[in-house]
Amino acid sequence: MSVLLATIEQSGSTGEQIVFWVCAAIAVVGAVGMLISRRAVHSALFIAATMIALAVLYVSQGAPFLGMAQIVVYTGAVMMLFLFVLMLVGVDSTESLVETLKGQRIAGLALALGFAVLLFAAIGNVSYNFAVGIDGANAADGGNVQGIAHLIFDRYLLAFEVTSALLITAALGAMVLAHRERHTPRKSQREQSEDRVRSGEPQNLPGPGVYALHNAVGTPGLLPDGQPTDRSVPEPLRGVSAAVGVDHEDTRRVNALAAGGAIIPGKAEDES
Amino acid sequence: MNPANYLYLSAILFSLGAVGVLVRRNAIVMFMCVELMLNACNLAFVSFARINGNLDGQVIAFFVMVVAAAEVVVGLAIIMTIFRTRRSASVDEANLLKY
Repeated sequence: MSVLLATIEQSGSTGEQIVFWVCAAIAVVGAVGMLISRRAVHSALFIAATMIALAVLYVSQGAPFLGMAQIVVYTGAVMMLFLFVLMLVGVDSTESLVETLKGQRIAGLALALGFAVLLFAAIGNVSYNFAVGIDGANAADGGNVQGIAHLIFDRYLLAFEVTSALLITAALGAMVLAHRERHTPRKSQREQSEDRVRSGEPQNLPGPGVYALHNAVGTPGLLPDGQPTDRSVPEPLRGVSAAVGVDHEDTRRVNALAAGGAIIPGKAEDES
Repeated sequence: MNPANYLYLSAILFSLGAVGVLVRRNAIVMFMCVELMLNACNLAFVSFARINGNLDGQVIAFFVMVVAAAEVVVGLAIIMTIFRTRRSASVDEANLLKY
């Protein structure tokens, strides 16, 4: 162990090597996980892991500003936007695995594999001069952030200004696209109350059933004749409560308690 | 440490993103794959900046990030609009430009 630490201290690149292999593994596993997970939420979380690993790789390559921007912009803003849209679209939606185009999956895999082989051949055939390093460029202006600021506000000033126009256009476009047109005028409070009286049921909906054993909104309330009513349950829970149903053993015990009887030993007491 | 390893990693990530765009049919997941490809390009830019010893590559990566953020905003708004009219985020459903 001490030998390993000594070698890391002697050559700074060994530490970078460890960082590289760990982060590269995380990045590739995240990318593959994004590809094969059926639920879009899992894909989003996998790719967030990939992006954080890439941020670490940026920092280890002498780009601390980009590493921080990667975390703030990608994992912070972009992925949260993705998750937001996923929640709006529906988290539970899983993709169907039926191929609509025959052989599309095989063809896509083959194409991407060929592309990867091309890229690998291109990267392998170039001769690099690794002696330069980024440290000199970082130190020239007194730091990485200063160096990038110097370039952005000097050589790339026009591109930077055009970027601001792009951002404003994107914000406007998103607002226009996400805007929902109202085709009917909004009902006033008075119209709403008049509609309610006309509907014949001006009273509130019955409250959720609150029994001594089930104090949950999903529990249907009981009508005066003892029948459970689904209308007391909030709409998203209706299917669930219908599946659960009313435990008549519970209502019997509650009625007995209300009539002044002693606590009847039931299932819960038997178990304890 | 050989900086070309970063380029190989970037090539792998770009290819995985390309597989996703070609194979997946959920529009949001396809979008994530495009983001992965952009990220792989950024990694290549940062590596080239290091190999060449100047910061221009990092500035380009910064601009890529800005453009990607703008692209995500507009793209997700389009996906939301399509979902609102067709109740589906699958790219197979959106085969007409209108309605």
